[in-house]
Amino acid sequence: MGTKLQGRRRSKSLFQKLSELNLLIIVVVIMIAGVGFALLYSVAGGAVDPWAKKQVIRFVLGMVGMVVIAMVDIRVWMFLAYPFYFLSLMMLVVVSITGQTGMGATRWIDLGFMNLQPSELMKIALIMALARYYHCLAKEETGQYMRLIMPIFLIGAPVILVLFQPDLGTALLIIIGGISILFCGGVRLWLFVIGFIAMIPAAFGAWNYMKLYQQKRVLTFLNPERDPLGAGYHSIQAKIAVGSGGVYGKGFVQGSQSQLNFLPEKHTDFIFTVLAEEFGLLGGLGLLGLYIILMGYALIISMSVRSQFGRLLSFGIAVTFFLYMFINIAMNLGMVPVVGVPLPLVSYGGSAMLTLLGGIGLVLCVAIHRDTTISRGGAFA
Amino acid sequence: MVNSPEDQKYQLFTRRAGLISAGMLVLTSGLIGRMYFLQVVGQDQYKLLADKNRISLRLLAPERGKILDRNGHSLAINRTDYRVNIIPEQADNVEETLEALNKFLPITERQKKRILRATRRQRAFLPVTVAENLDWETFARVNINIPDLPGIQPDMGITRYYPEKDLLAHIVGYVSSVNEREIGEDPLLELPGFKIGKNGMERILDIRLRGKAGNSRVEVNVMGRVIRELSRNDSVSGDTLNLTIDRDIQKFTADRVRDESAAVVVMDVHTGEILALTSTPAFDPNDFNLGISQKKYDVLLNDARKPLVNKTVQGEYPPGSTFKMIVALAALEAGIIKSDEKIFCNSKYQIGNSTKYCWKRKGHGHVNMVEAIAGSCDVYFYEVAGRVGIDKIHEMAARFGLGKKFGIDIPGERNGLNPSKGWKMATRGLRWQGGDTANVGIGQGDVLVTPLQLCVMTSRMVNGGKAVSPSILLSEKDSIAAVPEVIPYNRQNMKIILDGMDAVINKPIGVAYAQRMIKKDMSFGGKTGSAQVRRISKSERDKRVLKNEEKPWIERDHALFVGFGPLENPRYAISVIVEHGGGGAKKAAPIAKDVLEFMFTKDKV
Repeated sequence: MGTKLQGRRRSKSLFQKLSELNLLIIVVVIMIAGVGFALLYSVAGGAVDPWAKKQVIRFVLGMVGMVVIAMVDIRVWMFLAYPFYFLSLMMLVVVSITGQTGMGATRWIDLGFMNLQPSELMKIALIMALARYYHCLAKEETGQYMRLIMPIFLIGAPVILVLFQPDLGTALLIIIGGISILFCGGVRLWLFVIGFIAMIPAAFGAWNYMKLYQQKRVLTFLNPERDPLGAGYHSIQAKIAVGSGGVYGKGFVQGSQSQLNFLPEKHTDFIFTVLAEEFGLLGGLGLLGLYIILMGYALIISMSVRSQFGRLLSFGIAVTFFLYMFINIAMNLGMVPVVGVPLPLVSYGGSAMLTLLGGIGLVLCVAIHRDTTISRGGAFA
Repeated sequence: MVNSPEDQKYQLFTRRAGLISAGMLVLTSGLIGRMYFLQVVGQDQYKLLADKNRISLRLLAPERGKILDRNGHSLAINRTDYRVNIIPEQADNVEETLEALNKFLPITERQKKRILRATRRQRAFLPVTVAENLDWETFARVNINIPDLPGIQPDMGITRYYPEKDLLAHIVGYVSSVNEREIGEDPLLELPGFKIGKNGMERILDIRLRGKAGNSRVEVNVMGRVIRELSRNDSVSGDTLNLTIDRDIQKFTADRVRDESAAVVVMDVHTGEILALTSTPAFDPNDFNLGISQKKYDVLLNDARKPLVNKTVQGEYPPGSTFKMIVALAALEAGIIKSDEKIFCNSKYQIGNSTKYCWKRKGHGHVNMVEAIAGSCDVYFYEVAGRVGIDKIHEMAARFGLGKKFGIDIPGERNGLNPSKGWKMATRGLRWQGGDTANVGIGQGDVLVTPLQLCVMTSRMVNGGKAVSPSILLSEKDSIAAVPEVIPYNRQNMKIILDGMDAVINKPIGVAYAQRMIKKDMSFGGKTGSAQVRRISKSERDKRVLKNEEKPWIERDHALFVGFGPLENPRYAISVIVEHGGGGAKKAAPIAKDVLEFMFTKDKV
């Protein structure tokens, strides 16, 4: 069959691979990050310090890493999937034991030049591991219950560790991202229906497990005016910022809510409100458009790739990216409770930036190697 | 075509991934819908809320108008002072902060109570004044320790200051803090430390002096700190008031009667402008301005000489013999007596079955009108008053401004009392008696006047009959002063009265001959009066009438004098009352003489 013959071509040269990098996607990534730089400049009152400059440096490093990741043969990534997952899991364990405590949560490993959040790495590592696992299953095997034990362990271990930190947002991201791969990998449909029904009592269980500040956040989300100067303050002020931006916004560095400090966490989790306030609905839609192009690309790639590993990897990254974006913006717009999820490539922060650029690097890698066939048996078979 | 297992995997993936992609698209549309809802539908509402967050409107207090004398000397001005406010919102605990502040700036329990009450009453972000008029050292000490005093705000404010102290206390009045009942629609009154007029001109012309509040729209950050000013409407200062008072004359007059309980009014006879209006003893308005202590206030309140009362307009006294000109003029105008007709005075006058006496025990003998005025013969005026009747006397008194207030811009002005038959019937239900007329004839009995009225009366006598009204505010340059109507009296008749007043001072028969002016080109005329405070009973009169010096102070006669000067073309009128001062010639006339002499000297320079 023709398609198989194509896949048996020699490996591409480095130059070939470079020339196959999707320039549009790279431009879109730079544009999204550029929005971030501008907003970080704005919330600093029109200054590159303390945030914008650092963010640019990280981004440039991340971009180099992204291209390098894209260049590597996809079979290498498949081979590294489990070791990488294992490494990330170990780092999560380390964080749980010795990690730095900030904002009531234990999340970081201090690498000296930056604080690394293993939970961020885990998001990619989990996708890679699950993609590999389902790549190696035969069609009949995907529906077998015994074949569910491994994925549940792969998802469950980091979730439990992350919940211990406790970081509800990341746990949610990991669970939903993982399950979406299970879904597309071929797990029986009715299991998801049952799982969804089982979520309801689980939600009550989670409520009891949540820390007081998390419970407060949920309650406040349900009724922000309950405590307008306390826990509801962030929600209300964020909505005011977004709403007062109107269609065209107040202008660059002109947002009264952000410039006068009425906004909380405006350089990290609530940076979207700054965009919405200063650039209005048009600014918000513009950024959303860039995200859609990026995610759409990853989804299209995932559907045009020869290997199941590549498909699931690209798809998983698209979903993760979407979850970041959706949860963050929905939180900024007061649609979901306040959970600590950054706006991808825009919020200030190193770990998420590296994770996401690494993820996009993998998508680009998948795109370059879309015709590479990989046997079910293993990486370099 | 039979699909291979790998193709089936691919198809399953594509189906399910498509499903999830669709789900993501729906969720993304949800975000867009929400953005539309907030930023398009709700934008006006949220813009308003954002502005409410960032914009704070601050009132700018206007500068209170100054009060100056006719020559531009300051009588009430504004001075910078150092004060300390507390902003309850910024203090974690107001009481604790005050406790901490106490180390640098002593706060009494009373002050503390007042501050705590004020903090409960007004909005928490409005400052409450803790202490004012601090010296620089205390102020600096508080400033240095600000980090330990949450909510404390050092401030430089403006305080009303009365440089002449007690000199014009009754006219100018004072300002003080707004009390709860006074807070009205003017938001200025809620401004911390804002003062309004509580007495005198400060009170009745408060609105003019106050000015109009300005405002400043400022952008504030989340801490309430001002970032910048967005717009500003400057406040409009209050009007500067120029009084007709001449500070120098006022000062001389006040010093002259400082130790008496007295009232002196000096007036320009042609314009009615009051040049001096003195009531002693007085008080220092600066004390009230800063909040007077209860003890100090009690002292003022319980003083028998009534320092809080403005005797010039609030004091009602029997005019005594100063009323005789009215009776004489009424008689001449009525034609019931000729000026040269002589009436015999043997010190006694029988009316009905009661006997009335002249002040002079030996009697005056035969006196005509000029002599009767000069010697202040009571018997002459019992007789003349009886002939002319109360109706004519009442009418003449009214023409000269007695019995009715002028509506001058000084609070507390009283009517006095110009009695008539109708008045007696209405108030006491009794018919007017001949004895009543006789009493009024010598300015005793029911008739009461204020020193201001006496001065106006004198002005209208010597200015050719212009019915001038007293004024305390210098009229604006271009405003045309209303021409006063002319009192219809015969000039010849008035000349006889004025001759009598001349003789009082300048003829040996005059009771105040001792007070005539010796200095060149200086002269004045006038009329003395002694108002009995207590009726002398028959038994006392039979024994011996006590001299004033022998009576307790409170029972002594009031000493009165009305005068004018110079004799030729009079310019000034003066009225003097020394409460319980004894005889008018001895006590009141010398005061008038000194004041007029001072003014003549001043005019010459």
